[in-house]
Amino acid sequence: MSPVALLNYKSRERQLWRFHGGIHIPDEKALSKERPAAQAPIPRFLVLPLQQHIGAIAKPKVAVGDRVLAGQRIADPVGYVSAAIHASSSGVVVAIEDRPVAHPSGLPAPCIVIETDGEDAAVEQLPPIVDYRHVERALLRERIRECGIVGLGGATFPTSVKVNPGHDQPIETLVINGVECEPYITCDDLLMQTRAVDVIEGVRILHHLLGVRACLIGVEDNKPEALAALRMALADSDMADCTEVVTIPTRYPSGGERQLIRILTGKEVPTDGIPAQIGVVCQNVSTTVAIAEAVLDGKPLISRLVTVTGRAISEPRNLLVRIGTPANELIDFCGGYREAPRKLISGGPMMGVQLASDQVPVTKGVNCLLALTADEAPDPGPPLACIRCGRCAEVCPANLLPQQIYWHARAKDLDKVQDYNLFDCIECGCCAHVCPSHIPLVQYYRFAKTASWARDQEARQAEHARARHAAKQARLERVERERQAKLRQKAEAVRDKPAGAGTAPCTEPKAAIEAAKQRAAAKRAAAGQDAAAPAQAGAVRPEKERLTQD
Amino acid sequence: MPGTIISSPHGARVNRVDWIMLQVIAALIPGIAVMIWFFGWGLLINIALAIVVAVAAEALVMKLRGRPAWPAVRDLSAVVTAILLALALPPSLPWWLTVLGVLFAIVIVKQLYGGLGYNPFNPAMAGYVFLLISYPVAVTSWLPPLVAVEHHLTFIDSARMIFLGLPPPGLAWDAVTMATPLDTMRAALGEGQTIDQIQRSPLWGEYGGLGWEWVAVAFLLGGLFLLWRRVITWHIPVSMLGALALMAGLFWLIDPQTHPSPLFHLLSGAAIVGAFFIATDPVTACTTKRGQLIFGACIGVLVFVIRTWGGYPDAVAFAVLLMNIGAPMIEHFTQPRAFGHERGRG
Repeated sequence: MSPVALLNYKSRERQLWRFHGGIHIPDEKALSKERPAAQAPIPRFLVLPLQQHIGAIAKPKVAVGDRVLAGQRIADPVGYVSAAIHASSSGVVVAIEDRPVAHPSGLPAPCIVIETDGEDAAVEQLPPIVDYRHVERALLRERIRECGIVGLGGATFPTSVKVNPGHDQPIETLVINGVECEPYITCDDLLMQTRAVDVIEGVRILHHLLGVRACLIGVEDNKPEALAALRMALADSDMADCTEVVTIPTRYPSGGERQLIRILTGKEVPTDGIPAQIGVVCQNVSTTVAIAEAVLDGKPLISRLVTVTGRAISEPRNLLVRIGTPANELIDFCGGYREAPRKLISGGPMMGVQLASDQVPVTKGVNCLLALTADEAPDPGPPLACIRCGRCAEVCPANLLPQQIYWHARAKDLDKVQDYNLFDCIECGCCAHVCPSHIPLVQYYRFAKTASWARDQEARQAEHARARHAAKQARLERVERERQAKLRQKAEAVRDKPAGAGTAPCTEPKAAIEAAKQRAAAKRAAAGQDAAAPAQAGAVRPEKERLTQD
Repeated sequence: MPGTIISSPHGARVNRVDWIMLQVIAALIPGIAVMIWFFGWGLLINIALAIVVAVAAEALVMKLRGRPAWPAVRDLSAVVTAILLALALPPSLPWWLTVLGVLFAIVIVKQLYGGLGYNPFNPAMAGYVFLLISYPVAVTSWLPPLVAVEHHLTFIDSARMIFLGLPPPGLAWDAVTMATPLDTMRAALGEGQTIDQIQRSPLWGEYGGLGWEWVAVAFLLGGLFLLWRRVITWHIPVSMLGALALMAGLFWLIDPQTHPSPLFHLLSGAAIVGAFFIATDPVTACTTKRGQLIFGACIGVLVFVIRTWGGYPDAVAFAVLLMNIGAPMIEHFTQPRAFGHERGRG
């Protein structure tokens, strides 16, 4: 390269920003890249949880015994923030019941179970929207919603919501997340290498849908093949003038949405805000491809790439998996376990969820099944006391003081943990990774967050109950006042009538008795006896008691 | 699937407390070696005695508290405390004083507050100050440097001094004890002598007390090792030594005859070992970076103030303990700006 060209090359390089902290960890990605990707077989039973996304749980629209086809919608989204579920293959619905799923709580969740027939007969697909640039944007969003697309990087937020920031939020920059910073996982890398054209196609759709000016595709420099493929696909497309494939340094957790936006744009998403507030929308590369498939092919989200890896797996590799396939079938397809795994994880080693069993199904957000050996995931041993060395604060990408949050979380001081910005913690695990005392810090933060939520909810409920109680009291008092007034009116009416008129037809015997009591009391009062007061009070009491039982 | 479900991250942890402590101990070795060269085997006896007492006391208290003793012993923090305290004590100090100081440091200052991680004060420095205040004469009576070299002070001689209270054969106690250079400097300045006069003494080296300056250089090497290993960060040592040098430099420029040079201050007493090994004790220092700069600088200023106008010759122990009190407050006001938060707000 000539010096001038080198200069140009240099000057064309985009400025990148840093975020605080982060760590370098062995990426272990070679493990699953040794073998070519393969298509996983369709399992005998598909287990499709009704909640594979953030938001409201989907509502089944099939019943046990129904025959369903691949791509057929079997559960509808409920409300705006929700996602549809589709049958991943053809077969018969055999159960709609609670099954174990990949959730930190380990609790079972409602699932639709399909016994597949092996035919993989597909439902008639939605019509392709090829000319999407001349189509109403709402229609594109509806298509994305119909196809049940959620954030495939792991967050599983419904994509139709994310691409609808509203008119008051002009979006300037689209950030495509191809960072894949978690060790071991290579499915996004593979996707970018093999389907770079579709990535660019998805970028073009999002470019139109969001009306953005610039698109930035961020990829870590440990994926040179993916970078090259994307650049080639971009050069062949008409997006080259507004899109850039940006190489970013490898550092965990650069793939965090807020971290990546910071690296590429220098902007920080406000603590209680979303990227749209600073004019940015971020999508994962897999989501981008899913959007392209939904719009251009009318294909719902029924399969995804999953990395099955870890040294406890005989033949680690990437698989194209039907959503709902039980994990153990994929592991069997990869030659089974080489040795009994110490831990089976859904996701990566830094943020993944440990699975209680390998029977749980792959859902939309599962990008990796990781079976770690005892060498890879050794028992950290009992935690020692925090020596306040501050290494956690040095690596925290949110620039928090993890040792202080830990201290207060341990003391269950839920106000203090929020003073130290607990809710800015993204649970990336850097702090626990470097902690010399081997304290499970993230666990403490999750506990403190959950406890805070529970407390806030309790406070809300208490406030609600208090308001209800106050309203009820007010109502009772009002009713009581009205009764008293009515009573007084009647009493006055009776007194004002001439003597003898008291025997006039009285429709309410109760009122007549009351009136008589009133008269007696009035007589006693007239005689100047103080004893009148209790008598009168006593007359009202039964009414009050009756009312309070309302 | 085996095992209990635990929270992410799942991979191997990369740091260990005992490994950190071991590196601190390793970094102390050059300084210890130089001190032994100049002051005899007494120092090594003191260190060994202190370690044995410290570990035994730590294990005993953990047992009394109904907790497993082995993890507390294995983290090596008691060993580090013992070594740092022994380094501060004269190499001829009667054995029971060393034992007393170590017991105070481990039992009272560390374990009564909850053990490692919970003690607000640096145990080694608190133990030293306890002895200094209770037994000022014994604790300030140092051996003259090179006595070990010139008189071939043997291991037996040192042991006799420590355990039997007997001076080396053929020498009187007066011949084997003297004040530290800082003490001498203070006393002489108090008598109205000039720096030039004081430094004509044969026990004076190039910049600090004879021998002492090399001790400081050896500890500096160890400190640089800790920086390189990232066991400590630069913030506290640099701010502490910087503030000390700045203060000393200021007064030295005003009157070099009544104020020793900044280099004298840096290379005397516990300035270097304090900056790299004592003030950086993570438990009792600030953890925020800005806080560490303030914490270190305050120690540096206090060291100069106490050395120059205070009643005790060296000041690192007092300065560190005083700033231990202030550390939580400094930390409170130096919370870094969290990601996505407005500037100027925590």
